[in-house]
Amino acid sequence: MKLGRALLPPLWAFLIAMAAASALILAVGGSPLAVYRLLAAGTWGNGYGIGQVLFKTTPLILTGLSVAVALRGGLFNIGAEGQLTVGAFLTAFVGAHAASLPPVVAIPLALVAGAAGGAFVAAIAGALKAWRGAHEVINTIMLNFIVRALMVGLGARLFEREQIHTAPIALSARLPRLSSWLSALHGSAANASLFLAVAVALFVAWLFARTRIGFRIRAVGLSPAAAAAAGISVPRVQLGTMALSGAIAGLVGANFVLGYKYYYEDGFSGGIGYIGIAVAVLGRARPLGVVLAALVFGTLSQGGLAVNAVVPKEIVDVLTAVIIFAVAAAQPTVRRMLVGKEPAQ
Amino acid sequence: MIATLLSLGFFAAVVRITVPYALAALGGTLSERSGVINIALEGLLLFGAFSSTIGAWFGHGPVAGVLGGVLGGAALGALYALLVVTLKGDQIVCGVALNLFADGITRFLLKATFDSSSNSPRIDAWGHIGTTLILVTVALVALFHVVLYWTPFGLRLRAVGEHPEAAASLGVHPARIRWAALVLAGAVAGLGGAWLAADQRQFVAGMSNGRGYIALAAMIFGKWRPAWAAAACLLFGLAEALQIVLQASGVGVPAWAVQMLPYVLTMITLAGFIGRAQAPRALGKSD
Repeated sequence: MKLGRALLPPLWAFLIAMAAASALILAVGGSPLAVYRLLAAGTWGNGYGIGQVLFKTTPLILTGLSVAVALRGGLFNIGAEGQLTVGAFLTAFVGAHAASLPPVVAIPLALVAGAAGGAFVAAIAGALKAWRGAHEVINTIMLNFIVRALMVGLGARLFEREQIHTAPIALSARLPRLSSWLSALHGSAANASLFLAVAVALFVAWLFARTRIGFRIRAVGLSPAAAAAAGISVPRVQLGTMALSGAIAGLVGANFVLGYKYYYEDGFSGGIGYIGIAVAVLGRARPLGVVLAALVFGTLSQGGLAVNAVVPKEIVDVLTAVIIFAVAAAQPTVRRMLVGKEPAQ
Repeated sequence: MIATLLSLGFFAAVVRITVPYALAALGGTLSERSGVINIALEGLLLFGAFSSTIGAWFGHGPVAGVLGGVLGGAALGALYALLVVTLKGDQIVCGVALNLFADGITRFLLKATFDSSSNSPRIDAWGHIGTTLILVTVALVALFHVVLYWTPFGLRLRAVGEHPEAAASLGVHPARIRWAALVLAGAVAGLGGAWLAADQRQFVAGMSNGRGYIALAAMIFGKWRPAWAAAACLLFGLAEALQIVLQASGVGVPAWAVQMLPYVLTMITLAGFIGRAQAPRALGKSD
């Protein structure tokens, strides 16, 4: 019964999105069925497609979890984009200077640098919310653009000559491709950071189900006043929640920097931070839901490339937006539901 | 260099940068004073730029273009109102999604209409609409101030933004007021988009390029007041134009520092370090 109610909004969103997509495809003179067949064949239809879907799903799990953790604490983190940019840049920086270190040291060190960078950016918004009452939505948006300006001005100084990327990371900091174990995925960029993303999902699930910290975050999310009355330091929890949210976003560099291109590249994210909001909302801010929602959007993202010859691939962005519209409208009190309460019937 | 700063060209550059900020910020002010967060300004600008391009292209003239921008913005504003007022969807989630939607649908339609993934063809039908639009913008700033503070509609709108239940008990329909505010906000932001398209004489994918967020910043820096928000836009426009002049003359003010300025000022304002920035009290609450 509970599961049925959890699945209803996504299902309804899916139907609406299909209807909207079909209308758009018909409008440009295509055949919806043929497009869907192409989309399925180009994603889950072969080893390479599956690998690419997993590659695109990996960062979405992380940004989705980042947004979800903040939502559980009653905070909206729209700044995953800026946080993951700083994180990936630091991951690349540490990775490039790790030549003398063995992989067991180099990889964790690069990841810690990324998480710290993301946490730092998010913590600014967290602190301003906690102690000055400044709206974290506006501040995380502002921070996204401050990061963008800083990367253009300062980050670019560390780029290779005539390039828009940093120096390559050391061999010892590189994550193996999944295709080195599963030859069926040959040619795809899926790499070991998928395991990291799943591990973070398990960690978040454990955090909220079993730990005192998770309980405090949820308590503050449900009612700051009640949490304060129960002796919880609301500002400290809010700061910590944002920092944790930013740290998770800061790990995104693992996929692109440590596992794929082996350097930080300007604009590599392509809006993953914003899609993370969609992932968290569709996944109802629950770790398992987030992983499944990330798979949906990962499939769409790869599917866009598969259908591009027939309909413009941007149809996928429209679809993503329509799915969010439908889910948000189907849950009038998204925020309340996200933090664990059912709406009044 | 002083001569450059006093020249007509510099003044024109400031105005060129300011106009789209100001129009989007006016839209933001109206919608937020009615109690609805509007982080969709970016999408409204972008969609307005595209729909005005369609208007100017198929209507063969600047009037059709401007009309296209205004109507397109209003339509997207209506979609936003449907989602957050009627269906009571979360305003931030829907706002983010609307920006994504605008980016996707304009690129999709750009390919479908002009068979290009980057830009529309050059549209000379825009003519010399610029001066008129500048005057219209100035008039709109004054009009928004008058409407918001001196008319019954403005009073109701502000009442709904502060305390919708109290307003409702006096016979005002919060939902109707918010619908009106959001559609008008869309229309005026759409006009800002038309400026972008007319100024460049074509549509370029993603051409709003963060301007909607600068407008959002200006709105907060101006503390949700139309004239002050417009003044903040002018300040940001002045800083940008100044940076370009300084860079050309070799004085070392880095571009990134100027780019950061609006956002840093906004964060400082929001944190209450420059007077008190009091948001409309019912902002973001769906009931």
